[in-house]
Amino acid sequence: MKAFSQLLDDLYFTNSTLAKETILANYLRATADPDRGWALAAIAGTLSFDLFKRNLIKTLMMERMDPFLFDLSRHYVGEMSETVALAWPQSPDPVRLNRLPDLHEVIAEFQSRSKPEIRDYLITLLDNMAPAQRWALLKLGTRGLRIGMSARTVKKTLANMAGVEVGVIEELWHGLEPPYETLFAWIDGEAEMPDISKVLTYSPVMLAHPIDEEKDLDRLSPKTHQAEWKWDGIRVQLAAMNGEVKVFSRTGDDVSHSFPDLAAAVNFEAVLDGELLVKPEGEIGSFNELQQRLGKKKPSKKLMTDFPAHLMAYDILSLNNQSLRGETLTARREILAKFIQTQNSPRFSISKTLDWTSVEDLRALREEAAESGGLIEGLMIKDTSSTYVSGRPKHMWYKWKRDPFLLDAVLMYAQRGTGKRSSYYSDYTFGLWGPDGTLLPIGKAYFGFTDEELKLLDKWIRNHKLKRFGPVQEVEKELVFEIAFDSAQTSSRHKSGYALRFPRIHRIRWDKPAGEADRIEAVAALVGK
Amino acid sequence: MQVREAGLYCAPADAYIDPITDAVPRAIITHGHADHARAGHGHVWATPETIAIMKTRYYLTEETGETELTYGQRHDLGNGVTLWFASAGHILGSAQAVLEYQGKRVVAAGDFKRHPDPTCAPFEVVPCDVFITEATFALPVFQHPPLEVEVDKLMRSMAALPDRTHIVGVYALGKCQRVMKTLRLAGYEHPFYIHGALKRLTELYESYGQDFGDWELVSEIPRKDKHVFQGKIVLCPPAQINDRWSRRFEGPLPTVASGWMQIRARARQKRAEMALVVSDHADWGDLIRTCKETGAQDVWITHGRVEALEYALKKEGINAKGLNLIGMDEEVGE
Repeated sequence: MKAFSQLLDDLYFTNSTLAKETILANYLRATADPDRGWALAAIAGTLSFDLFKRNLIKTLMMERMDPFLFDLSRHYVGEMSETVALAWPQSPDPVRLNRLPDLHEVIAEFQSRSKPEIRDYLITLLDNMAPAQRWALLKLGTRGLRIGMSARTVKKTLANMAGVEVGVIEELWHGLEPPYETLFAWIDGEAEMPDISKVLTYSPVMLAHPIDEEKDLDRLSPKTHQAEWKWDGIRVQLAAMNGEVKVFSRTGDDVSHSFPDLAAAVNFEAVLDGELLVKPEGEIGSFNELQQRLGKKKPSKKLMTDFPAHLMAYDILSLNNQSLRGETLTARREILAKFIQTQNSPRFSISKTLDWTSVEDLRALREEAAESGGLIEGLMIKDTSSTYVSGRPKHMWYKWKRDPFLLDAVLMYAQRGTGKRSSYYSDYTFGLWGPDGTLLPIGKAYFGFTDEELKLLDKWIRNHKLKRFGPVQEVEKELVFEIAFDSAQTSSRHKSGYALRFPRIHRIRWDKPAGEADRIEAVAALVGK
Repeated sequence: MQVREAGLYCAPADAYIDPITDAVPRAIITHGHADHARAGHGHVWATPETIAIMKTRYYLTEETGETELTYGQRHDLGNGVTLWFASAGHILGSAQAVLEYQGKRVVAAGDFKRHPDPTCAPFEVVPCDVFITEATFALPVFQHPPLEVEVDKLMRSMAALPDRTHIVGVYALGKCQRVMKTLRLAGYEHPFYIHGALKRLTELYESYGQDFGDWELVSEIPRKDKHVFQGKIVLCPPAQINDRWSRRFEGPLPTVASGWMQIRARARQKRAEMALVVSDHADWGDLIRTCKETGAQDVWITHGRVEALEYALKKEGINAKGLNLIGMDEEVGE
């Protein structure tokens, strides 16, 4: 646990990605199994269980510390784990440990203990640890570790250690599980590469680059490129093998449990890449409607009848255990079209290709997308000779999103941020003018501005404070933001009647009088509802 | 005592304590940091060290009247008010202003700390009726570790990364000298390489008998001799650690020494790769302990995390109230 905490501190405080890779590689080489595997899982975010609940930490603090002082501290620090790590009050009669247990011992202990025993063990560990170690434990235990190291960097580190291309690790990755002993045996040269051909796994998807209108448009021709709608659903990979069916999200999370209706419709062996949508009454539903189905461990029958899951297929990666990744897009599409036709199921459809002859046609189609009421996010334009490559290869697939909607809104409340922005006011709630001349909150944004602008905003807020509601600081209604957002949905949960999708700050209108900001009717006019 | 726009004001003596937003005719100055001392006052009462610091920083001119008072030396301010200074343990010459009037005693502590510091006199507890305190680190998350632990962290890092140049960001007045002295006590033997902004105040400390061993100005080492700094310590103001200035060193490792470094996100905001928790202020435990030890029935809180300290002291049965003085910038004074 000591070495693990030291590793996290070293990674956390190192700026360069290259140096981080070296630090991680050194640790993985110097540390024995299974500790190194658990550390790897914690950093890569692949642990599948909590050691204890966040709520337990909170309960323990509330028993030991004045709640008001704890809240003040938490808002100042910007994060609960670190607040607890720093302010943890020792038990009056603590159990003293001769040494801190190793990482795998900590994990095994927590997993084998009953609820009250988990509580006692957590107290004992916290009593025996220094603040940095407490922080590591709390982050590990609640799977909240963020140390500025992406999953991709972790895989690159492993690839360098093994002396292979990162793609090799990418393909293995989802077939392996913590603490990764077979992986390390292979990296150490003591075993063959782990065999994952019998495991039904996610294989990383192919992604598109945003189009650069100045440079990329000239590359496009209807002879070499096909255009499709970019649907606003959830990009998924549906994999079926040996009677087993899985639905993976774009990041490789297994979301099968949320869509048993879709899985039940599978009677084939294939891997499909597509957009998960819902089709209430046979028509494609909005993202709002799809959202009802997300994150449900066991969707009710009614929910599945009201919003049946549907896969709009973009691509096919393998059929009857035959990989198609090496085929051209044209060839894959022919196979996919035939396949979908044979299925003849309302659960599956193919994303149609759009007719176009010039870039002007593409522009017009993109405009059309803006009038789809948010169902369509824009266009996908793909090189028909491209093979299916994981990651984001250049000049193969482009996405051309429609322009975001813009509104001028007034800043109403601010909250301190977390992580890098801790102690800065960096979360903003803004509103539009309602019919009776008061502001109605319409959304929250916490990005879209530079670090410099953040400092200016923070200062502005400190000088324009009104009342405070816990962590929420009300400000004078004077500052206007130009807000960009992708779509708006009607929402009964919001006082304004709308919820914005993906709102961000497009511009800060320092000079615009708040009275000239938009009225609530402007949302309806913009999104056509 | 009153709170006026220019700061804390003692009416019978017609004098301000650490007035910062305006120049005033009569000012009692607790110490030389820029958020407590400024130029332009008519007459200044302070310790000899603070007067010297203010002169070094050009805060005192020909026109400024000055009265030097050593610790414990009583002085009649007129109208029945007596002033004397007690050491505050913050930086060289830092003092608590003790004001006595009609049998009552008010202590304005300025900034202070209780942790040991080899570069200044230790804090003295003065029993009083009203204690006026700061609250820079007044949250339970601030529990400052002993300085030796932090300096040891730096020494270990230098041993582990002998090719890097550790660039330590420190405030020019107080922090710089305290870090140098503690490093010497921990056995660091090489010369310190320092940024020009740290020179005059370091020399001033030396004139008061402090010994920091050898130090050299970075600007006096030829640019091509990058290797000179490898494995050594360079000291500079915090703003310089990631500035262009730091590119002249071989493998610079930006380090910040400050009480704020306890919060990791703060360290990341400064792009520090090493965070040393070195504070010249009292931490949470020491703030509360000190307020209790003075026996004061009333505690006034000038700046910082006022709300938390006020709340905690009230729970202890002390009449605490926040003054919310403006101009005392939480980051500058450190």
